[in-house]
Amino acid sequence: MERKIIAIASIGGHWIQLLRIVRPMEKHYEVIYMCTHPGCATIVEGKKYYLATDFSRSDAWKLIPAFFSQLKIIWKEKPDAIITTGAAPGLICVFAGWLLRRKTIWIDSIANANHLSLSGRIAALFVSRIYTQWPHLATDKIHYAGDIFR
Amino acid sequence: MIFVTIGTQIPFDRLIEILDRIAPELDEEIYAQVLRGKYKPKHIKTLDFIEPDEFEKVFLQARLVVAHAGMGTILSSMRKAKPLIIFPRIASLGEHRNEHQSATAQMIKEKNYAYVATNEEELRELLHKNLHPLKNIGEFASENLVKSLEDFIDLNV
Repeated sequence: MERKIIAIASIGGHWIQLLRIVRPMEKHYEVIYMCTHPGCATIVEGKKYYLATDFSRSDAWKLIPAFFSQLKIIWKEKPDAIITTGAAPGLICVFAGWLLRRKTIWIDSIANANHLSLSGRIAALFVSRIYTQWPHLATDKIHYAGDIFR
Repeated sequence: MIFVTIGTQIPFDRLIEILDRIAPELDEEIYAQVLRGKYKPKHIKTLDFIEPDEFEKVFLQARLVVAHAGMGTILSSMRKAKPLIIFPRIASLGEHRNEHQSATAQMIKEKNYAYVATNEEELRELLHKNLHPLKNIGEFASENLVKSLEDFIDLNV
């Protein structure tokens, strides 16, 4: 059976990086996309799309409804893996995925050339696998296999 | 047309003000996505937040792109072969939460992927030049990264 993955990111750079990584994977998997803006659905037309609740540090209370909505979607979809390039809404989604024992993957944004993002450092505590896009930031635990350029 | 984009989250009035001062010296229209900035420019046309598909249309029409150091714009410019000038936000001026845009701009400059300006004079000088795109990229991320992810997803644990 074809494996199913959920790919989630916030609108902007995170989303564009995610698309560059996940679109070529559509050949092998059923991909469900999630982003924080309804307009992003048209970018991935033909694919299943969920709107993710957006929040940042200034309205962090929204983390709670966001978390429950993610939990519900993951429970319903039962994806084999969840991939995110960030930011906070992606972190919540991989956390919900971890609770439901899904495979979770964090890919830190290429913008973080000096150290992993704060969200990335939190994700590192529980995700199944974490990637940096910078060879000098790779460690035993933090993988490097290339970046979003080709 | 010169398209100016500052992302989707917070205003970037310092850049808009500088561009508004430079605009009368250029005989080309400037369109700027300004979000909810306080500064009201006189010499450039402004757009509020635009939908992703509409953004794509304006972006394609542009001859040159001027942007904050957001990866979204940087990747789109490389993909569509648009000359790009990056003007990074400075967190200590309240323009962002942390200084990652300066790091991005530094990386872009080192790799010669785009033009970088950090003040009004540098930006003015670049806008008076006839710039060409510095870097072209394909549609997807590196094959190696995609392969590594797929191997990990296919792994039975």
